[in-house]
Amino acid sequence: MSTVSGDRPGPIKARPVRHPWRWVAIAVIAVLVAMMVSSFVTNEKWDFPFAFEIMQQTPVIQGLWAGTVLGTVGSMVLGVGLGIVLAVMRLSDNPVLRGVAFVYTWFFRAIPRYVLLALIGVGVGFLYSQISFGLPFGEQLAGAIGIDTTTFTFFTLDWNAFSSTIWAGILGLGLSEAAYMAEIARAGILSVDRGQTEAAQALGMPPGRTMRRIVLPQAMRVIVPPTGNETIAMVKDTSLLIAIPIINELFFQAYNFGQRGFKILPGMVAATLWYLVVCSILMVGQYYLERYFGRGFGAVPKKAKQELTKIGADH
Amino acid sequence: MTASTSDAPLVHAVNVSKSFHGNEVLKGIDMDVATGEVVVLLGPSGSGKTTFLRCINQLETIDGGRIWVDGDLMGYDDRGGTLHRLTDKRIAAQRRDIGMCFQRFNLFPHKTVLENVVEAPVQVKGMKRKAAEARAMELLQQVGLGDKPSAYPAQLSGGQQQRVAIARALAMDPKLMLFDEPTSALDPELVGEVLKVMRDLATRGMTMIVVTHEMGFAREVADRVVFMDAGVVVEEGPPSEVIGNPKHHRTRAFLSRMRQEEQAHAEAVVASVTGNTEALADAPGDGGDDGARDTAG
Repeated sequence: MSTVSGDRPGPIKARPVRHPWRWVAIAVIAVLVAMMVSSFVTNEKWDFPFAFEIMQQTPVIQGLWAGTVLGTVGSMVLGVGLGIVLAVMRLSDNPVLRGVAFVYTWFFRAIPRYVLLALIGVGVGFLYSQISFGLPFGEQLAGAIGIDTTTFTFFTLDWNAFSSTIWAGILGLGLSEAAYMAEIARAGILSVDRGQTEAAQALGMPPGRTMRRIVLPQAMRVIVPPTGNETIAMVKDTSLLIAIPIINELFFQAYNFGQRGFKILPGMVAATLWYLVVCSILMVGQYYLERYFGRGFGAVPKKAKQELTKIGADH
Repeated sequence: MTASTSDAPLVHAVNVSKSFHGNEVLKGIDMDVATGEVVVLLGPSGSGKTTFLRCINQLETIDGGRIWVDGDLMGYDDRGGTLHRLTDKRIAAQRRDIGMCFQRFNLFPHKTVLENVVEAPVQVKGMKRKAAEARAMELLQQVGLGDKPSAYPAQLSGGQQQRVAIARALAMDPKLMLFDEPTSALDPELVGEVLKVMRDLATRGMTMIVVTHEMGFAREVADRVVFMDAGVVVEEGPPSEVIGNPKHHRTRAFLSRMRQEEQAHAEAVVASVTGNTEALADAPGDGGDDGARDTAG
């Protein structure tokens, strides 16, 4: 009821709409949470104290940093960098570049990451134990003119030594990620109004600079939210590094610890808790990145953000 | 045509033709624009005036004819009668001296007003940032926006955005300014502030080619009016002749249509100012009275 001063209506003091179903939902959820907590306390097989202990073990912490965190950062740097290059290639006037980018995306999106990592760890080493960087057909050429066959080889990589390091894992995950990032970056670049390119061209900016200074920074607004999604997915995909095999990685170490004590579950819980911590930190970072690249646009509407997240999550 | 002399035209276009998917938009346009001259291109939509403007700075490639700006053949290198397409870099270099303002402003939304104006001088000309910023502030003052350097484009009105766009183009010290319907996307009450800046620019001796429907501007500021229709130049001359006493029936038909729209427009503005909704309801046509309706409510 609003109070009336004189004959003109005064300020509105209305009763809000009631939401009885909210209270029902709260009650149901409260009961479920209580059941869960009670199970944590009464079911000793959970063994949280041991899980916390595992979380603090040196090999587990090392696996977290040298495997999970380094693997995520490294493969995302490679994935985003290569992905943007692929996206620019895909949108270029050059049909060869367009074709290469398309075939790349087709190939690496089709291979499961676990299979790709196994190929890098075992398959490539079986085919080529050494990989040499030098002139194409340098060995044959040197042999033909009768000089030392390694003359045209500048750098040789012992694949079997390389493939057991985290760098092999980063290479595998990064190559796979680039295929997804290429699609995300392409959508981002296409979202920038054509008038922006024209305005930059009219000012005399060459194409490369127009892309770097004008188009890409605006595309980032669209690229960042799904990339945050990809990064969080990558944190979890580092647990696939065991396919290479790389054992200096969070899940293997935590699981291993539990196994040794004949307590498998606390090992899994320890890994889960660490993944939760890392992903929570990443979500905070994503918020600030989105705010930075959204400058000049006002807030990104919530609806649009959800749509984008969905696009990024469809694999 | 190699070096430009003082009496050579700044823009020299000969027999320019252009098709989009088999649809011929420009059918042999000839046009010379002298240094310091203000030319207004008039014509119905689809007449090719915007396309011709975009051909001058190579935002569109032409299929036939030649365009020289300040003695430079645009887009090509003429080596003994054989044309070689220039690389994107060299075309970019040709565009440096030609400023352009767009119907939709096309300011860089992720950069502040000052950053928008400074961008090209620093990135393209290699100017020192300090010097570029000082010059940018001068230009922003010139367009009446000296108090807005740190605003983002989205925080400005359309008229203010277009004035920033003019300052951004001027920051490259262009020899020639192209305006592509600079006031068509503006609410009626904001058109005046942009036209004032353009008038000011004309009195400073800038060479300008303006595509517009603003007849008042054409009458007052243009040295020459060119009327285009269906990809050809129908008639051209001083505004007093082309607008005041058109020879061709197509020009006359276009002008009488424009006059009707202008009148409707004016009535809408008057209605918006006086709040007289009856006059608004009577005003025919829908050209740009949306803004007026907003303020009338």
